[in-house]
Amino acid sequence: MLREGAGKAKITVHMGTCGIAAGARDIMVAFLDEIEKKDAKDVIITTSGCAGLCSREPMATVELAGQAPVKYVDLTPEKARTIFTDHVLKGKIVMEYALALGSERTF
Amino acid sequence: MKTYRSYCMVCAGTACVSNRSFHIKEALEREIEKQGLQDEIAVVTTGCNGFCAVGPLVVVHPEGIFYQQLREEDIPYVVEEHFLKGRPVKRLMYSPPGEQTPIPKMNDIGFFKQQRLIALRNRGLIDPERIDEYIARDGYFGLAKALKMKPREIIQEIKDSGLRGRGGAGFLTGLKWELTRKAKSNGGKFVLCNADEGDPGAFMDRSIVEADPHSVIEGLIIGAYAIGANQGYIYIRNEYPLALKRLIIALEQARNYGLLGKDILGSGFDFDIKIVRGAGAFVCGEETALMASVEGRLGEPRPRPPFPTEHGIWSKPTNNNNVETWANVPSIIRRGAQWYSQIGTETSKGTKVFSLVGKINNTGLVEVPMGITLREIIYDIGGGIPHEKAFKAVQTGGPSGGCIPAELLDLPVDYESLSEAGSMMGSGGMVVLDEDTCMVDIARYFLSFTQDESCGKCTPCREGTKMMLHLLKKITEGKGTEEDLETLEQLAHEVKETSLCGLGKTAPNPVLTTLRYFRDEYEAHIKEKRCPAHVCRQLNTYRIDPDACTACGLCRKECPEDAISGGKKQPHLIDQQKCVKCGICFDVCKFEAVCID
Repeated sequence: MLREGAGKAKITVHMGTCGIAAGARDIMVAFLDEIEKKDAKDVIITTSGCAGLCSREPMATVELAGQAPVKYVDLTPEKARTIFTDHVLKGKIVMEYALALGSERTF
Repeated sequence: MKTYRSYCMVCAGTACVSNRSFHIKEALEREIEKQGLQDEIAVVTTGCNGFCAVGPLVVVHPEGIFYQQLREEDIPYVVEEHFLKGRPVKRLMYSPPGEQTPIPKMNDIGFFKQQRLIALRNRGLIDPERIDEYIARDGYFGLAKALKMKPREIIQEIKDSGLRGRGGAGFLTGLKWELTRKAKSNGGKFVLCNADEGDPGAFMDRSIVEADPHSVIEGLIIGAYAIGANQGYIYIRNEYPLALKRLIIALEQARNYGLLGKDILGSGFDFDIKIVRGAGAFVCGEETALMASVEGRLGEPRPRPPFPTEHGIWSKPTNNNNVETWANVPSIIRRGAQWYSQIGTETSKGTKVFSLVGKINNTGLVEVPMGITLREIIYDIGGGIPHEKAFKAVQTGGPSGGCIPAELLDLPVDYESLSEAGSMMGSGGMVVLDEDTCMVDIARYFLSFTQDESCGKCTPCREGTKMMLHLLKKITEGKGTEEDLETLEQLAHEVKETSLCGLGKTAPNPVLTTLRYFRDEYEAHIKEKRCPAHVCRQLNTYRIDPDACTACGLCRKECPEDAISGGKKQPHLIDQQKCVKCGICFDVCKFEAVCID
């Protein structure tokens, strides 16, 4: 759910201790670098805590306005760049790296 | 604010409206009412979703299911299938163009499917360093509601919910609150959050604080108001730097919003929270030692009673709950005791967070309804054991808990069942052990941890754990006798019964449960001088299989005792007289030619 700004897309990098230990900072840097390089002003990038599946970190969630969020797992900076170009900018989900669509069930 | 099970977000942007989305909305409302679901499903209109090409569209939360190009005649089917029967209608869902199979939903993934989030409801969804994001997900609504209630009503609500302490002992939270409220004080009361998580392999509290610090803070404020405390403490270990940082930020933001400090939300109630950093002593997770540490004294326990509810920090009535307990409070107040008490079993309500580690495919943090079986957690959520090894046991409750064997895999997870099995709920560490684990060695490992962390104040724990560890070491080295086994068992019972605090009282549990379920392994070590899992190296005999040996010479080079002989193209041989059983040859051999007898 995009709640702020006129964002077209929101990228959440999961930065709990597990994510950071697995290299989430490099993923964050890669996304920020892509945003700068492609001059993508309408992309919101944010952090969040552990998404639960620690063995598949680093993880990130990409959410295009009006669409269900997509969770990506086992990321590397290269994969992050591909996801940025294909999914965030062109709207095409990178199936290879995606785990699932949607969000978790809460009570 | 009323809460619903599901929200239908009907797009009412200009494009969708011109595609008759208002008719869709009316049809939805009509059908939902027809099925009697109007109290469970809310229909909401939203602004443009931005994907006008496939309108009219409806997004269903919380699943995040995206229905597209809906027609009025689809609606009765959608309502019946999706909302009544819980089966989202695939053919009306959006699948990105050019793709054969749509990617699975979060709820199709085994790891997420059986999880139900209350304490972790915001995990991965909000930025923990921004209070606005917490508020946007109904954060602090529970507090606002609580401040309009009478303290007595809040306590009754928590009691009715059936919430029990998530630190592991399972004391009724509402009852504890009531005791602290009723306790007489000549100068204030305190609420305390125990975030001194120290079990090896446990990271539930750490993750809650890192992902959603405000849920803990909100719980503390509600508790303080109900109990009549004006000061709170969060005792968190300094080894959790990220959790600590986010907590400090969260407290600052809550103060800036008037959620902490004087006259909270205009209610006249004053309350603030201080962080106390722990230095990582395991015993400080025990509440009386923790409170001594808060006061700046040596972290040592004292006998109870008097209980902290009457005689706590600075001798004032103090209500101590664990991180996860506090994090459950806002949802209970916001949504009511009746909602909460529907989840779980007869005696254990709600959900429990577990950190799933060890020999398991999906390592991670899970929140499941009480009453789920260990099998479901380990196989459906955890994805089973790696490399197709056999499951041997699961260790719950950390060094204070016990090992539960394969034959009890269908045990429901609740406070009583786990205690009956000789283990405990504990704070939520779950270590999965496979066939390559030696149960005697595991008992030795956990005992060496508790022995090391014993504060030394009482004799049973200080001396008893040391003697037990000595006996376990003897057994793993193949020097144990049958008499040692008897002494070990007797000592375990005595340390359990006579120790001063929970550390000593529970330290023997890993020994007692492994003796109960895996006595044959102890006997193999003692009588046959054999470790069935080949873990205790002193009991292993290393041998080189001449057929598999390629005479590469690696083991010969690496052997620190020069116990291996053999030349080029000659199978190698281990001299058992010289061998010190270090196992290096076994580890370095690339051809699996070194065998263990």
